[in-house]
Amino acid sequence: MNTVSILINKELSNSFNSWSIYLGYILFFCICGFFSWLSTDNLFYLGQATMNPVFGVINWTQFFLIPALTMKSIADEKRNGTIELMLTKPVKTADLICGKFFSNLIITTIALLITLPYYFTLSFLGQVDHGAVLLGYFGLIAMSACYISIGIFSSALSRTPVTAFFVSLGIGLCFQFLFGTLAVQIGTGFFADFFSYLSMEEHFDSLSRGILDSRDLVYFGSVVTIFLALSKFFICKSRF
Amino acid sequence: MDVVVENLTKSFGYQKAVDSVSFEVKKGEILGFLGPNGAGKTTTMKIMSCFLFPDYGNIHIGKYSIYKNPYKIKQIIGYLPEHNPLYEEMNVIDFLNFIAQIHNIPHYKILPKVMDMLRTCGLENEKHKTIRELSKGYRQRVGLAQALIHDPEVVILDEPTTGLDPNQIIEIRELIKKIGQEKTVILSSHILAEIEATCDRVLIINKGKIVADGTSAELRNKSNTDRLVKIQIEGGEETDIYNELALLPEIENIISSTKYHFEIQCNREAEIEKKIFELCTQNHWYIKELTPIETRLEDIFRQVTQN
Repeated sequence: MNTVSILINKELSNSFNSWSIYLGYILFFCICGFFSWLSTDNLFYLGQATMNPVFGVINWTQFFLIPALTMKSIADEKRNGTIELMLTKPVKTADLICGKFFSNLIITTIALLITLPYYFTLSFLGQVDHGAVLLGYFGLIAMSACYISIGIFSSALSRTPVTAFFVSLGIGLCFQFLFGTLAVQIGTGFFADFFSYLSMEEHFDSLSRGILDSRDLVYFGSVVTIFLALSKFFICKSRF
Repeated sequence: MDVVVENLTKSFGYQKAVDSVSFEVKKGEILGFLGPNGAGKTTTMKIMSCFLFPDYGNIHIGKYSIYKNPYKIKQIIGYLPEHNPLYEEMNVIDFLNFIAQIHNIPHYKILPKVMDMLRTCGLENEKHKTIRELSKGYRQRVGLAQALIHDPEVVILDEPTTGLDPNQIIEIRELIKKIGQEKTVILSSHILAEIEATCDRVLIINKGKIVADGTSAELRNKSNTDRLVKIQIEGGEETDIYNELALLPEIENIISSTKYHFEIQCNREAEIEKKIFELCTQNHWYIKELTPIETRLEDIFRQVTQN
């Protein structure tokens, strides 16, 4: 655990020493703000004090920004050879992956905290369901964790960050959009239920409505664990 | 701490990078790893540092095996990889601090250790620079500092003096020699003079197999090349001296280099000095110079690595 915290510390200080992270935060804040308050179907037209449209915007913005954040995590280490440096130090592969995962999760959680002023503004304008908002934010963090694990997996597969970005976006698109669409297309039956269960939107919707279901938690936990385990497998495979 | 390598074999696809390599390095010994490009030096070093795992064979460092205790081995070795990968966005002092933390050096010892390494590797004036800004030589020093910061029992250095200036090369050689008095050092280099100057023992590897193993002196003796002697004989006509020398059956080849100077190639077992002395006394000549020409490590290297 100590090693993981040292690695998180290093990753965070490297990230926050670079201007690109601040640019990313500004971009995220502006995109979310524009679609929530200034676009044609903004929150004022809705006539309800709900954060659901904001969550939808945050969700799609994160969907594109997280692959950009995670694309360098392992691919860059492989390209620069620093993975050799790290894995010949008393650092386990799992420690390295956990360090990358938690540092990226902290960065995305900070991005989500930036959107809190929207929630405060909305709570001044009307009656907001605070429980649903809290669970909505929890759902967004859980979804970010899934996309980060997918991003790290793609980065472990690829030699260059650009390839990792597109692989991550492709896998993410399946969970974000394709599985849900397939479930609707099939209609009923086992495969419809199966694809519906795989769709991330499905699990996030119930959380953002204020329903905490253990099946959603198991789903998010499983996606994170499977993709991080696959990342470890692919990193270790190259050493044999 | 002793290093024992047993039947190490590693293939990449159909190509065998290391083929049944076995050797042992004792504590307090500096082993020089020599070989042409693609011979398997780096692969062997990567396996020793637990970055790669072999197809067959094992490595024991002290009582630890690379299969059973890789984590323990990583704690007691210091490894400088061939291309010296570093986190370029970090500054030197932060990077060394991070490496010290990774090695679980107690918190109160980290700063003195880092400062000591900066001093030893000549990085005091560069400590606040980001690694990206450093020249190749300084980056190599940072690489050395990260390999030595935790006072490792076994030091594995893959071409440690690449990119260093001559003064720094001498300083690093001295540092390696100092470390080698108490610890086990394994280093590879393409600079044969460096291996000869630094190492107690030389191991030459070619196409994944060990082709020579011993001290520089042992390798010279084992070498099947003929002996070369440079002589200067005066007191007579140069052509007479040449002709008489050429008549000696022990001499296989003779070259007249400059005036009264001859380079003689003869069998290793022949007592050529005695024969030349007898020839000179018979003809009332005198020997002004007689210098054996040592077989260089380069010659041995070429001999064992060229088929």
